[in-house]
Amino acid sequence: MNRRELLDLYYLEARAKLIDVAAFLDRLERAEGASDFRLTAFTQALTQLGRSQEPRVVRVLASLSDPTTEPIPAATTKAACGAWPGKS
Amino acid sequence: MRYIEPHAHMVSRVTDDYRAMTLAGCAAVCEPAFWAGFDRSAAAGFYDYFRQLTEHEPQRAAKFGLPHFSWLCINPKESEDVALAREVIALIPQFLERPNVLGIGEIGLNKNSRNELQVLEMHVDLAARHQQLILVHTPHLEDKLKGTRLILDVLRADARIRPERCLIDHVEEHTVKMVLDAGFWGGMTLYPETKCTAARAVDMIEQYSGERLWMNSACDWGVSVPLAIPLAALELRRRGHGAEAIDRLIYQNPVRFLSQCSKFKLPKEPMASA
Repeated sequence: MNRRELLDLYYLEARAKLIDVAAFLDRLERAEGASDFRLTAFTQALTQLGRSQEPRVVRVLASLSDPTTEPIPAATTKAACGAWPGKS
Repeated sequence: MRYIEPHAHMVSRVTDDYRAMTLAGCAAVCEPAFWAGFDRSAAAGFYDYFRQLTEHEPQRAAKFGLPHFSWLCINPKESEDVALAREVIALIPQFLERPNVLGIGEIGLNKNSRNELQVLEMHVDLAARHQQLILVHTPHLEDKLKGTRLILDVLRADARIRPERCLIDHVEEHTVKMVLDAGFWGGMTLYPETKCTAARAVDMIEQYSGERLWMNSACDWGVSVPLAIPLAALELRRRGHGAEAIDRLIYQNPVRFLSQCSKFKLPKEPMASA
């Protein structure tokens, strides 16, 4: 598909998601209390949306990933939260 | 349209889902062993679960003319307890000859711990000793990139393992290339929030040819969509892919991988859409 066709197919959906992100950040700003490493990671991931050689989606996913290479000593939880706490 | 659902946790789904999948063109469903949402207290719980996967669930699917296959293991989410894992793994060989068992899975890592790695190696050894196919779960979200690398290291370190007989599931854009470059198959899981959307799955198919890729819903007891594959087929169609290309991705590709197990046989005429 060419760019125009892809815009026809996905523009409104992407626009809605973009506005949702903006509203999410405003909502967090209006709220009281401390933030945590997830917002830091999210904000850093947003900076990966600029153009470069490597695809944006790969850079965003890598930015939200644990960059270490060694196994952890023990699993203390089963869940993942979507951001690596070590970056905070 | 016909399709294979290569990864669905049907023990967690209602019977209506079997009916909807069959109506949508599902020709076979494959069910890897999974975490129940809570930790089982003893190996006996897994014995009953393996009976459910190999006796009860195929009968439930058969009511809709749907062949049901399964994979066996202790899931990575319960692999921190190595002693329990050892007991469960010892139970598996007695089930391997059952007619619907395709191999060992979904094994892998969850939080990338040392114990999880040890249990992964035990599973890989079991698969190698019994010449079984392997289905691998890669970790969620922030743990996926590191976990996928660790898993590939384990598989490549064992000379008995042939990459073309292993499928690495839940790949995303940051892991798909390393999986395919190493000769493994990749699975793309279509989830509403985590893993990947249909649009992103089509992106990866277009970039990596789709030769060794399949899609699955991995529907389970969480928020998930049992009809995710037919919905992804619709996305492929919207993106201009023809009927033959769609059939190759959602039917022929899984059949090609799964047929490496001689027990994966389908009726000559899969149940057609109503």
